[in-house]
Amino acid sequence: MSSPETSEKIPLHVDPTERAWMRAAIAILVVFAISVTIAGFMLGIQLPTTEQRVNPQTLQDAPPWSEPGVREIVAGEQYDVYVVAKRFFYEPNVVEVPAGAEVNFYVTSTDVQHGFKIQDTNVNFMVIPGQVSTLTFTFDEPGSYDYICTEYCGLGHAVMFGSVTVTP
Amino acid sequence: MLTDTTTTPVYELTKSDKRFIGWHIFFAVTALTIGSLFGPLQALQLAGVDWYPNIDFLFIEINGVNSYYQGLTLHGVLNALIWTTFFITGFSTLAVIRGLKRPLAIPMINRVGFWMMVAGLVVAAIPLLGNQASVLYTFYPPMEADSLFYIGLVLVVVGSWIEGLGFYITLYRWRKENPDTRTPFITLAVVINMVMWQIATIGIAVEVLALILPLSFGWVGGIDPQLSRTFFWFTGHPLVYFWLLPAYASWYGMLPKQAGGKLFSDSLARLAFWLFLLLSVPLGFHHQFVDPGVPSGWKYIHSILTFAVGFPSLLTLFTVVASLEYAARKRGGKGLFGWVRALPWGNGSVTAQLLAGILFLFGGIGGIANASYSLNLVLHNTAWVPGHFHLTVASAVTLSFFGISYWLVPHLTGKPLWKPKLAVASSWIYFSGMLIFSNAMHTVGLLGAPRRTPLGLAPYVPAEWNGHLFRVAIGGAIMWIGLMVFVAVVAVTAFQRKRLPEGEVVDVPIAESIQDPQLTPVWLDRWKPWLIATAVLIILAYGPQLIDQVMGIESTSPGFVP
Ligand code: HEM
Ligand SMILES: [Cu+2]
Repeated sequence: MSSPETSEKIPLHVDPTERAWMRAAIAILVVFAISVTIAGFMLGIQLPTTEQRVNPQTLQDAPPWSEPGVREIVAGEQYDVYVVAKRFFYEPNVVEVPAGAEVNFYVTSTDVQHGFKIQDTNVNFMVIPGQVSTLTFTFDEPGSYDYICTEYCGLGHAVMFGSVTVTP
Repeated sequence: MLTDTTTTPVYELTKSDKRFIGWHIFFAVTALTIGSLFGPLQALQLAGVDWYPNIDFLFIEINGVNSYYQGLTLHGVLNALIWTTFFITGFSTLAVIRGLKRPLAIPMINRVGFWMMVAGLVVAAIPLLGNQASVLYTFYPPMEADSLFYIGLVLVVVGSWIEGLGFYITLYRWRKENPDTRTPFITLAVVINMVMWQIATIGIAVEVLALILPLSFGWVGGIDPQLSRTFFWFTGHPLVYFWLLPAYASWYGMLPKQAGGKLFSDSLARLAFWLFLLLSVPLGFHHQFVDPGVPSGWKYIHSILTFAVGFPSLLTLFTVVASLEYAARKRGGKGLFGWVRALPWGNGSVTAQLLAGILFLFGGIGGIANASYSLNLVLHNTAWVPGHFHLTVASAVTLSFFGISYWLVPHLTGKPLWKPKLAVASSWIYFSGMLIFSNAMHTVGLLGAPRRTPLGLAPYVPAEWNGHLFRVAIGGAIMWIGLMVFVAVVAVTAFQRKRLPEGEVVDVPIAESIQDPQLTPVWLDRWKPWLIATAVLIILAYGPQLIDQVMGIESTSPGFVP
């Protein structure tokens, strides 16, 4: 057994193949980190971020939440869509917007946590009472896109959905 | 050579310690058996087949049976929380005693901790079985369960902390007796895991004690659901490492011995564990990528830190494969990859762990996709996610625990493994089912199928999902058969009359390292610098955002029963 004095100075012994592996591992992970950075900052892939706080109990006493739905900002170009998630439906459960327009979704809940995922798009986020979730999306293809609840919200969770109708 | 027996074990545990560890395994396997019952039912329900009415008699009906979610809550709680925590504390107790070759310093502390966990399990089981806590194992507020559910969970967690305290005192005493010896790897590994767990569970402790219980007792009228999620995921992410590290400890510190070789690098094995201590906790926001109340800058930071924690896993991959190759070549294995065939595939314990490792490779690749900021947007809360974690917790961890059980139960009971060939078969069956199941879940998730949803009842399921959902059901059924074979093998082993021949025991497989552990640098055996670094990193990666969220608390959400 080596004495404590000498053992203080023991260097870390690493087998040469393993050293090469460690370098490669770090390199791979750095590449991943860089690609995530590029995706996030340069390609503009957005995640929901802090938007606004609301009180779920008084939410629907005043606009815009007293009348959720589509608001035209610039005809054919920009729309705001307000959706309230409730057990076990969305208000409104049909939304109509034109193809090619920039659509800003604002979604919140008046009861428990829900999800909001528009099928075949990049729109997918948590809906949390007290918070407004938001993402922007442009539908290029006309058609019907279901939005479904992706977080367990109670007995009727499986039937909770709505749809976006994208007109040409 | 199906179970190695010896007449001269290196160190014998006392009868009462063996019985104590045995109780952990008993509760763990019982929980797994009940929890997994729902697995194939869920898989069938996804494919549109409702078998729940057939098991109605198992429930205590109070409010009528909400079977899918009640079952899913039991599945998550019993499998992911109870099977793991009980098995891990039992295995860690063994690794502490056998590694240090010394009894527990104050056995009473560990006994109290354990029976507190059992009490917690019983308390939580009451509302779970009565359908008063069908909130799933993440129990996101403001959905509310009966208070007993939370109290039970608190008892389980605090019980595990107390068992941990028993380990620390034992290690401390040992250190006083052996000032210049490196802590045996296997002991260091499980104690690091326990420390990481104690730091991690502070999040859930705050969530339950400060936010949920006051609401549940009616002391306050509302809760802040976003803040609760943040505290939950402070614990939720490192939780997966708490499950995984004991499997890693076995892969590094035991499997090489079972395969007939040695641990390739003692130093790097330790380094990997220290890095897990350092990096496991400050990543939680990567579970909250699509939460509205967390700024995207913080999400980005945690995404990058998530890649950092990939490093110790890649290190593990190398060291474990190198150790296995060393063993296989000693057994006459040849060729660049051909050596794999020379491993002892006839040993059920080894096979289970090798198959665990293979499934974990797939799981690791999928994990990188989850961690990516942008891909997560598509995958969040889809069936991809359970597809992923059945490869990790339900494969890498669960199969490794199968493997450990195949020597541990004979070791503890002094009885020979019942039908060793069936033990080998159990893992292969489970493995095959898992390949089908997880592949189908990943695919249907990519196509947009949500998780936590009985798709058989959902009105929006497109036809293109059906073929994959059918494969989910088939794979799930096969997994369940493999799992039941495991349960049968360990149960018969434990309860049979037959004993090992007088004087023979199944010893704990502890691998030697190729390099003398005394030549491992001292900084890889010192707690202080690593603990300080861990605390600093957590404060940097969580502190400012946590303070913001706590200061901005708005307890405006009243509770809802599911
Ligand atoms: C018999 C084998 C098993 C089968 C067929 C199975 C099947 C399933 C299925 C289909 C789901 C998804 C339900 C949904 O999202 O709606 C699920 C969820 C889950 N499973 Fe398993 N499982 C099995 C074993 C295990 C094991 C051994 C573990 C852990 C050690 C485990 C942990 C989980 C967890 C944590 C969830 C998530 C629960 C939730 O979303 O609240 N499963 N399982
Ligand atoms: Cu919902």
